[in-house]
Amino acid sequence: MSAERPFTISSFYKFVTEKKLMAVQCDDCQNLLLPPKPMCTKCFSINLKWIELENTGTLLSYTVIHVAPEEFQSMVPYIVGIVEFENGLHLPGIIRDLPVEQIKIGMKLKIDFDPSTSNVWPEWNRYFFRPV
Amino acid sequence: MSSKPLVSIVSAGLSKFGRHEEHVGRELFAQATKEAFDRCPRLDPIKDIEALFIGHMGESYEHQGHTGPTLADWTGLLPKPAIRIESACASSGSALRTGIMAILSGLHKVVIVGGVENMTHRTTAEVTEFLAMASDMAFEQFNGITFPGLYALMATAHMNKYGTTEEQMAKVAVKNHYNGSLNPKAHLQKEITLKKALESKLVAWPLKMYDCSLITDGASCLILTAPEIAKNFTDTPVHVIGSGLASDTIGLYQRETLTSLKAARVASQEAYKMANINPKDVDVAEVHDCFTIAELLAYEDLGFCSPGKGGNLIDEGITELGGNLPVNTSGGLKAKGHPVGATGTAQAYEIYLQLTGQAQKRQVNDAEIGLSHNVGGSGATASVHLYRRD
Repeated sequence: MSAERPFTISSFYKFVTEKKLMAVQCDDCQNLLLPPKPMCTKCFSINLKWIELENTGTLLSYTVIHVAPEEFQSMVPYIVGIVEFENGLHLPGIIRDLPVEQIKIGMKLKIDFDPSTSNVWPEWNRYFFRPV
Repeated sequence: MSSKPLVSIVSAGLSKFGRHEEHVGRELFAQATKEAFDRCPRLDPIKDIEALFIGHMGESYEHQGHTGPTLADWTGLLPKPAIRIESACASSGSALRTGIMAILSGLHKVVIVGGVENMTHRTTAEVTEFLAMASDMAFEQFNGITFPGLYALMATAHMNKYGTTEEQMAKVAVKNHYNGSLNPKAHLQKEITLKKALESKLVAWPLKMYDCSLITDGASCLILTAPEIAKNFTDTPVHVIGSGLASDTIGLYQRETLTSLKAARVASQEAYKMANINPKDVDVAEVHDCFTIAELLAYEDLGFCSPGKGGNLIDEGITELGGNLPVNTSGGLKAKGHPVGATGTAQAYEIYLQLTGQAQKRQVNDAEIGLSHNVGGSGATASVHLYRRD
């Protein structure tokens, strides 16, 4: 798999296109990397492999953005949060389909995938979080 | 005190902070150096100054890169070596560290360290985008997370874990606006009420407009020398006795915790150890209050209180001008303003004034030990410096 899918952020987003949440594991020390890195930053090995993560995690923190960059202004106000997946791996993202008054740190959220892509560089597919 | 000076500050300068429609950054830096030269008549800039180390975040603001030689030219210091140092909002804190290294190495005996940013001619949307470049492009910017958004994520986590309140954050703004009202060089020289802060427009909940620092134009500089020659230039040098610098992940989401900046903890421990002092020895501090929650985190990361107790320090008035440990006497980034590349050495400038008794209406009585704390991004860089009067 590594031949077609190098251990890069771009590969992570290619997996998003395929509706998969993928991280990288070091074959030598078992360290997990999310975002993926081209070298294990614990033992410096390049013996790496892709692993698929469970799609459900726990909300660590959130905010409601009212002043947004131009690309996101049409969505204001929108919620963003940081979600912890298995093995302590974290990702930030936009939380959809959840009224602000129902949001709570510690709640379960699942990652979902959006077929639309960013309309500016980098043109990756998008992921987001939603209630379980 | 047993601490040994690393370097000595023999002069310092600061442009007026604010909106400078008719100036570009290099002209503001010339204003800051002019003040530093005037304050130090025994210094011959052309003969004595050997190099410039300049904090400057980005060419996006002015479409001007290659800042080092530009500033050497505008300050009459060509052909001396002049290098730009970039660590986002901690750029000039890092430039100060670089100047210290240059002197400690023995390569140079007298250098200028400083910083500049010229931001107000850009729209808020543009500045928001330029500042966001100091966050993780691939996961934070890609998901529309702004800089206030990153600090809001820390604030929400702190509120959830420790019970910190929006009112405690607003009190930081009220304090720093009061201090700024006493500083003739501050961008905003007006007091605000707690009610006004709490009722201001939402930026990224729980942060409101008055929880956020200002987009500002400005420049700052220090003249550093080897301690053994400091008295050639001034009778009242201020000694830098500790310097800490540390890094962390570019993405906030990758950190071990959202309620503390590890880089700031590591940098402060390095600085305290070097200076051989404890947090309780500090008499006056300038901390990186880019957002009000950042000041509360700084109290905890710098060891002024235990984790989670930052809100108590502000409630008890300890960090007010008349308190036991005045913090951000200049008005901080919140009221003095935050021209990002200039901020680190502007903090050092305020400490220099405090330790030499030149802080006028905001003078802290008998201040002997000072601290500055400068953070880049959401905490991927932190620099902490400790100072002692002669």
